[in-house]
Amino acid sequence: MSHMSLKLAGLGAIMLALSACASSDAGGPAPGSAEEFQVNVGDRVFFDFDQYNLIPSAQATLDRQAAWLAQYSNVTILVEGHCDERGTREYNLALGARRANAVKDYLVGAGVDGSRVQTISYGKDRPAELGSNEAAWAANRRGVSVITAGAGS
Amino acid sequence: MTAQNVGEYAMENGQEKQRLNIFWARGILVLGVVLAFLSGLAPHSAHALLRIDITQGNVDPMPIAVPDFSGVSESDKQIGADVARVIGANLERSGLFQPLDPRSFIQKDLDFTSTPRFGDWRLIQSQALITGQIVGDGQGRLRVEFRLWDIFAEQQVVGFAFETTPENWRRVAHLVSDAIYERLTGEKGYFDTRVVFIAESGGKGNRIKRLAIMDQDGANPSFLTDGSYLVLTPRFSPTTQKITYMSYFSGLPRVYLFDIESGQQEVLGDFPGMTFAPRFSPDGNGVVMSFERDGNSDIFTMNLRTREVKRLTQDSNIDTSPSYSPDGSQIVFNSDRGGSSQLYVMNADGSNIRRISRGKGRYSTPVWSPRGDLIAFTKQYQGRFFIGVMRPDGSGDRVLSEGYHAEGPSWSPNGRVLIFFKETPSIDETGRGYSTKLWSVDLTGYNERRMSTPGDASDPAWSPLIQ
Repeated sequence: MSHMSLKLAGLGAIMLALSACASSDAGGPAPGSAEEFQVNVGDRVFFDFDQYNLIPSAQATLDRQAAWLAQYSNVTILVEGHCDERGTREYNLALGARRANAVKDYLVGAGVDGSRVQTISYGKDRPAELGSNEAAWAANRRGVSVITAGAGS
Repeated sequence: MTAQNVGEYAMENGQEKQRLNIFWARGILVLGVVLAFLSGLAPHSAHALLRIDITQGNVDPMPIAVPDFSGVSESDKQIGADVARVIGANLERSGLFQPLDPRSFIQKDLDFTSTPRFGDWRLIQSQALITGQIVGDGQGRLRVEFRLWDIFAEQQVVGFAFETTPENWRRVAHLVSDAIYERLTGEKGYFDTRVVFIAESGGKGNRIKRLAIMDQDGANPSFLTDGSYLVLTPRFSPTTQKITYMSYFSGLPRVYLFDIESGQQEVLGDFPGMTFAPRFSPDGNGVVMSFERDGNSDIFTMNLRTREVKRLTQDSNIDTSPSYSPDGSQIVFNSDRGGSSQLYVMNADGSNIRRISRGKGRYSTPVWSPRGDLIAFTKQYQGRFFIGVMRPDGSGDRVLSEGYHAEGPSWSPNGRVLIFFKETPSIDETGRGYSTKLWSVDLTGYNERRMSTPGDASDPAWSPLIQ
């Protein structure tokens, strides 16, 4: 019995050490990391059904992305354009391209060099949410900025 | 009894001549020979009694008997049973025929070289009878002979023989099915064809998609890509054993060409942006597709010989899913230039663009019928998806199928049947309950049924009649 509890205590100590490693001293993601970009800046924006214009909340997210990209000028990104499942495949490939490009245009307008921003469309073929309901569809109508190089770890 | 002279063979009634049919498929020669009529019972070909009217949608399928084809050796008998089974299944699936239960057959001593006892077949309400035999030469060649009989007129309607190798028996069964279908409906058959599609596996969130091909009855499925990269929207060449499709092979979404026989694939063109939604021109010498640049998608053609590219649309809206008319003079496509996705027709040089869809909802994926008389499409309206057809001028818009999600019709080569895919919705947040399957429906809206596929499937496209 006493042997067992000793072992458990040891395991607890290891877990504490691991979680300490994963966080910066400030307790959040490391500055300049992809994790920081996802968690603190916000890596995605959302669109209305069959639309590619940037709604105010999307613009606010992209303003933060532009500021972060200005701070970490070695970072390059790939903007993925995605759609919900309520459309046909080829049309959604075109619509996803529209959305990815709307994100890119906004970032470039906010001062990010266009050469740092690539785009790709996945249409409806890479859903983030797997349900078949309004909430899932809204979450899937998205532009996601994925860091391809230059971020800290 | 049979004639095998190369060239033309005159039927015994002297009214009709039919050329020897020679088919090449995947390196195998199939000889088709017209069989003479037995005992002078030639039909009055201008007044063939046995006939199916396929224009109205068939409510009463024709009862037909398809007994096992006879054979002397055990292996020939087995092939004879298999051939009859495949023919019966083809005819049944068309919705136009009702193959009768073999247990009801009264005449058990069918002899291929003599006339059947018509009374025995009338008794079980059969209107047509197919008899056949398999003659193996013991040296790797096989002769499949069949006759189609009109039970009420008590005469042979047609007879053919095909020569091939034993492993090709299934193809011969499709050729026999096509001959019967053609004779009884007056239209070309579509059984000796294949379907290219996207085979899907894995969860909804991490789908593995592979380019796949199978016979139209679901037999002989095989994968053409390994699933390590995303592939979408394959289409058959109307003239060669080639497929055009879209692939993320290099990480970039591009249109590719795949040679089924060699397994070779190549990217089409050197475009800076995404290329997608490819379809062959009717002569097989070109591909029409969309090219996206800076977010805007327009329609281009590429000549496959010279690789010359021509831009057809210039506007700032989404233009995609182009499809040629069978004479090559026009292209139908979908565009959101009017505010939502609708169907437009233009001349093949990009001039004279006019909207044809006028109904409520969003229209997309237009596909011109190989007969030229209709355009099939996907429609979205009030949260439902529909497969429908309209005339090229937009009139006669009607729905053939509907569901939570139905998409992407493709025509059988005779323009009578459409294949498409249907998805079921997820029932929870893990994607459980989601599936995608291939379906077919007759042009009349009757006879909707699921096609057999190995697992989930989407984006089907029908081959032309195999050359």
